[in-house]
Amino acid sequence: MFDNLRILWHQGKQYIPNVTTVKVPGIFRGRPVISKASVDESLLADLCPTKAITVNPVSLDLGKCTFCGECSIQFPDKISFTMEYKLSTNDRARLIINEEDDSPIVLNPMLVRAEIHRLFGRSLKLRQVSAGGDNSCEWELNASNNVQFDISRFGIDFVASPRHADGIIITGPITANMAEPLERCYNAVPDPKIIILAGTDAISGGIFADSPALNREFLSKHTIDLYVPGNPIHPLTFINGVLELLKKR
Amino acid sequence: MTTVNYKSVTNNQATALKDIPVLEYSKFADMNVELINGNPARHCVNYFGYHLSDKISLICCIADDDLHQIFVSSALVEENTELESLTFRNHNFEKFEREIHENFGIRYSDHPWLKPVRYAHNRFDKKQRIEGYPFYEADSEELHEVGVGPIHAGVIEPGHFRFICNGEQILHLEIQLGYQHRGIEQLFLQKTQLLERSTLAENIAGDTVVGHTTAFVNLWESLCGHTPDDGLHYSRILALELERIAIHTGDLAAVCADIAYQLGNSVYGRLRTPIVNFMQEWGGNRLSKGLIRAGKLNFPFTAGHSKRLLEIFDSFEPDFIEITQKLFNLPSALSRMEKTGVVTYDEVLEIGTVGMAARMSGLSRDIRLSHPHNLYNSIKHKPVIKRHGDVYSRVQIRREEVRQSISHIKGVLQNVQEIRQPLNVEMNPQSRKFILSLVEGWRGEICHCAITNEEGNLLVYKIKDPSHHNWMALAQSVRNNDISDFPICNKSFNLSYCGHDL
Ligand code: SF4
Repeated sequence: MFDNLRILWHQGKQYIPNVTTVKVPGIFRGRPVISKASVDESLLADLCPTKAITVNPVSLDLGKCTFCGECSIQFPDKISFTMEYKLSTNDRARLIINEEDDSPIVLNPMLVRAEIHRLFGRSLKLRQVSAGGDNSCEWELNASNNVQFDISRFGIDFVASPRHADGIIITGPITANMAEPLERCYNAVPDPKIIILAGTDAISGGIFADSPALNREFLSKHTIDLYVPGNPIHPLTFINGVLELLKKR
Repeated sequence: MTTVNYKSVTNNQATALKDIPVLEYSKFADMNVELINGNPARHCVNYFGYHLSDKISLICCIADDDLHQIFVSSALVEENTELESLTFRNHNFEKFEREIHENFGIRYSDHPWLKPVRYAHNRFDKKQRIEGYPFYEADSEELHEVGVGPIHAGVIEPGHFRFICNGEQILHLEIQLGYQHRGIEQLFLQKTQLLERSTLAENIAGDTVVGHTTAFVNLWESLCGHTPDDGLHYSRILALELERIAIHTGDLAAVCADIAYQLGNSVYGRLRTPIVNFMQEWGGNRLSKGLIRAGKLNFPFTAGHSKRLLEIFDSFEPDFIEITQKLFNLPSALSRMEKTGVVTYDEVLEIGTVGMAARMSGLSRDIRLSHPHNLYNSIKHKPVIKRHGDVYSRVQIRREEVRQSISHIKGVLQNVQEIRQPLNVEMNPQSRKFILSLVEGWRGEICHCAITNEEGNLLVYKIKDPSHHNWMALAQSVRNNDISDFPICNKSFNLSYCGHDL
């Protein structure tokens, strides 16, 4: 008993009081900023492993970027990554960062369905489906509920059964072998329901985009409510994205 | 005794393809089986096929842990033909031959378990569908089957588990995988830029980013005849041991969760955070993506990092020791772990397990000692060995390896305070080479193999995660246990789905 109390005491205060303003430690590759500097654009575009960079003028697609950092290391005057972890949006086009765009990434309120805040604003239960995920986004989703990030304090939880869920959160590039289980899981969630894509692999296929082992048809059949970029996603990117989606407008 | 006819290589030694003897299949089979049978210091680290004009070239790699050598031999066979299996004579080859069967249609006349491995997109028989997997069935009035998956209850990867139970007791478990198959080995050939391949390597298994990427870059540097400086090697040791500390600590949290020990779950869970946050301070990513690169290090390890890491350990260690002492003295925790999920020495030897799943049962398999890479021979590494092969042994290994890894890192930091190597170096793979790279990741032995053609392009890229061997040990461990003990058995192994499915 006293042992337990002593152990508890030694942990100190672990939870992050404000997950919307806390600073992440060290270096972090968050929202990038692209300058007007003139560089050899074809070299820049060619070095990107996932073709996230397009040229003339230069833009960078966070839905494709694996956040390897190579472009900013080779072309530091052109591309730099800020510490900003708020990268989630419901507008796929907003994930494309253009030259001299240094504005926060936010959700497009017009695209948020009216019932989302009313039904899920105080409680959202998610069924997670890993469809070729490499266990890094899954890992960070689990971390979102550890004693530091503690996402369940906002009424957001992961549940075991799709029948208990308000939506699904997909990780991984969606393999052909998972296409059917994914569809069946989604169908088992009662209406109305939401879909969240977590991580670069889920959003665009990432480095696997042109693999014949994928089957991404599911995505063309359904509307996506939230894109959470990252490789893997940072828990704060996920938490802030969901809180923005659920908030009162 | 058959004649010895193989090429002996060391870890990461590029060798001319023509120096690997091509044997007649029956001689190849006899020799490789005889190399392993009755010799626990040897096991099969890789065995695979690839198309060579209209035939299939089989390459078998047997590691000898005492001699620190790998014996490589090959045989040329027809596609879609019938052969006698090696598995019939030694179960180490079981999964490898199933894979060769799946990819090339080779039928093994006496293989006891010739089932699909992962339903790869380039499989030989496209009519085989993942939903039609031929599960073992028991025709019985008393027994019942329990199916779990492919989507599991928690936030984890998919796989299908089929139990045959007598009441609460598990008699048999069959694990069907393949849901995570992304075609990585083929993509290694398709994508020709180094950064594309490094990115592929770090996405093989997101919980073993450093392990798999290190296996790739070590292989690539040797294949290109490039000798990295010591600093790069040390940076990889640091990252590998930090990855081990982070995942082992997280696994201890997960085991605590499964025995409903909430305090342990919370404390180990939060102790993992400073370690992964340190990875972010160093390389900008909590799971070390972007850190390990061939010939360079994009993110310098500075004296500041060195100091910071030691401070983190100073506060990590007392809290880790405190909760660990508590956990290992809790009768209710011990009773859940001791004698649960046992796999004996004879069984792990027969399966051919690696890493923790070997060391738990008294089988010393640790690449850091047996085939050292990245200057591990400069560290006096002594594998942590347990004897009982139960959940308790697997948990004890984690407890001791966390502390061992901390001491390895402290040792490295006494010699190196700063590592900088930001510049790209020009590297081109040599032609007509075979190379094999072994790395001891936190789960165990990772093996990557490559073969190049005349132009130095990749002809084969073969990846083997330790889970390839170890899933069978999990299935074995739950036999005769209560089905309610399955979660804790599963967590205590913590195997990779994506690493297996590729
Ligand atoms: S950081 Fe993103 S955009 Fe830049 S090279 Fe890497 S993947 Fe491409």
